[in-house]
Amino acid sequence: MDAIGLWIGAFLTLGIMSFLYKDNPWYKLSESIFVGVSAGYWFITLFWDSIYSKFYIGVSQEGDNYLYVGAILGLMMLMRLIPKVGWISRWPLAFIVGAISGFYLINYFSSNIMRQVANTVMPLFSTDYGQSLFSASVGTIIDNILVAGGTFAGLVYFFFSKEHKGAFGATAKVGIWVIMVTFGATFGYTVMSRMSLLIGRMDFIFGDWLGLIK
Amino acid sequence: MKKEFLVYIGILILAIILYFFVTEPVTFSPTVSLIIIGLIGLALVLIFVRTIMGKLVGRRTVFSFVAISVVVPFFMTVEQPIQTSPEVQSLYQAVLDLKPGSKVLVSFDYDPPSAPELQPMAETFFSLCLERDLRIIIMGLWPQGPQQAEMALQKVMDEPAIASKNYRYGIDYVNLGFQVGNEFVIQRMGDDISSMFQTDYYGTPYDSLPLMRNITNFSNIDFSFNLSAGYPGTVEWVQVAVDRYGVDLGAGNTAVQAPQMYPYLRAGQLKGLLGGLNGAAEFEKAAGRIGKGTKFMVSQSFSHVIVIAFIIIGNAAFFLGERRRKEEVVE
Repeated sequence: MDAIGLWIGAFLTLGIMSFLYKDNPWYKLSESIFVGVSAGYWFITLFWDSIYSKFYIGVSQEGDNYLYVGAILGLMMLMRLIPKVGWISRWPLAFIVGAISGFYLINYFSSNIMRQVANTVMPLFSTDYGQSLFSASVGTIIDNILVAGGTFAGLVYFFFSKEHKGAFGATAKVGIWVIMVTFGATFGYTVMSRMSLLIGRMDFIFGDWLGLIK
Repeated sequence: MKKEFLVYIGILILAIILYFFVTEPVTFSPTVSLIIIGLIGLALVLIFVRTIMGKLVGRRTVFSFVAISVVVPFFMTVEQPIQTSPEVQSLYQAVLDLKPGSKVLVSFDYDPPSAPELQPMAETFFSLCLERDLRIIIMGLWPQGPQQAEMALQKVMDEPAIASKNYRYGIDYVNLGFQVGNEFVIQRMGDDISSMFQTDYYGTPYDSLPLMRNITNFSNIDFSFNLSAGYPGTVEWVQVAVDRYGVDLGAGNTAVQAPQMYPYLRAGQLKGLLGGLNGAAEFEKAAGRIGKGTKFMVSQSFSHVIVIAFIIIGNAAFFLGERRRKEEVVE
């Protein structure tokens, strides 16, 4: 049974990779199987984990009638499929947008704004507030200056109410360099990630399937 | 159409020949490895020279070089020196600082496509925890996460050093399975873990698991580790578990995600970070274990060299082409 699974996996992997040569029926077949299996897997998973184990069990065994509210909102969302009453789906959508916004407002403000701002506005030459001047190591001092200076220059670049000329323009130019370095680092990591995926597939083909790797 | 068909049939026949007739693993000697590297280098120089002369290479040539750069190192006996970075070392140290018997929560928030990067991290983390007699609680916010955990755990449990300790399910480790609800699951776990996981992965009731009897919420967890490939993942764990409930969290991320996590690391919201395959290899180095992270790094580095070479070749083609166009306009 494992061998059949390996052969199917290898057949589909080679099918997907065949697109690199040219679009072809083998690729289309593999792609369609992938999309179909993924959709089926998600449908079954969400049905059993959400509708059955959360709603059905919750209502029938635990008597949690509040779950009907969620179920009704869910059904209202499906009204989108009927054009005449499609407007009904706006109500659950409004509820979701409102609830999620409220939840994220606090989370993002605390974790991604306050904590990050506090960590950027650090003493440049000390290990922490209240510590003596130059208590930080040379590496930390350079790091602090880079973070504070880079953030400031990056913000200046996005300030368009003043023409980017003179000292202001020079700072904006530093800002664009900082942003480009960030994009470069992100691109490098993305290449690494994509290569890892390819390595994983090649390991499957040459190792698990063909058994050529020690 | 006929040509394409022949190419595909050729690939399948080659694979079948390899499958049935090459039954032993293949390993290149250092001399053969050096010759192959030299040939690839020469081919790249040739492509560069041809590009300068105005003869551009097709995309299939680039794909072929990338494929060769990924596959050939599998058979080489070359080892790549790996240095442990501070973020990896701090995660390793955080685990070392835990006392035997400490409870560690591991959330598997990824699926098979991200396994090449994250599975080696999971195996090393499990190995490290079990060597130190830590208690492991597994969960997942992605449906296939707990299955990935089972595979990693099984592999580590089969290692002689770990197998000899006779760890028992329910007492030393548990798999609570997948729970739908994304970050709201984390939020509820902050108050009551059992409200989110009434049963474990195998259907055993929460209260019947000896390890879980004294665990109510995050305050009973000594350390958390999140393996993430997207949403929901490390960002949600930081925002809810760390910043609301004060959980000590370490993270392993796919390389695509890693740059977003460094601000959290610098702000102390993460105790340590493993970024991509490189992070996995560094973690293996710190833990003194050779796994797939270390083995794959040669392919990773080799393919990066090829990508950089083609970036240089591509830029040469672009700038020389531009100069030629200007010359043509002047003429």
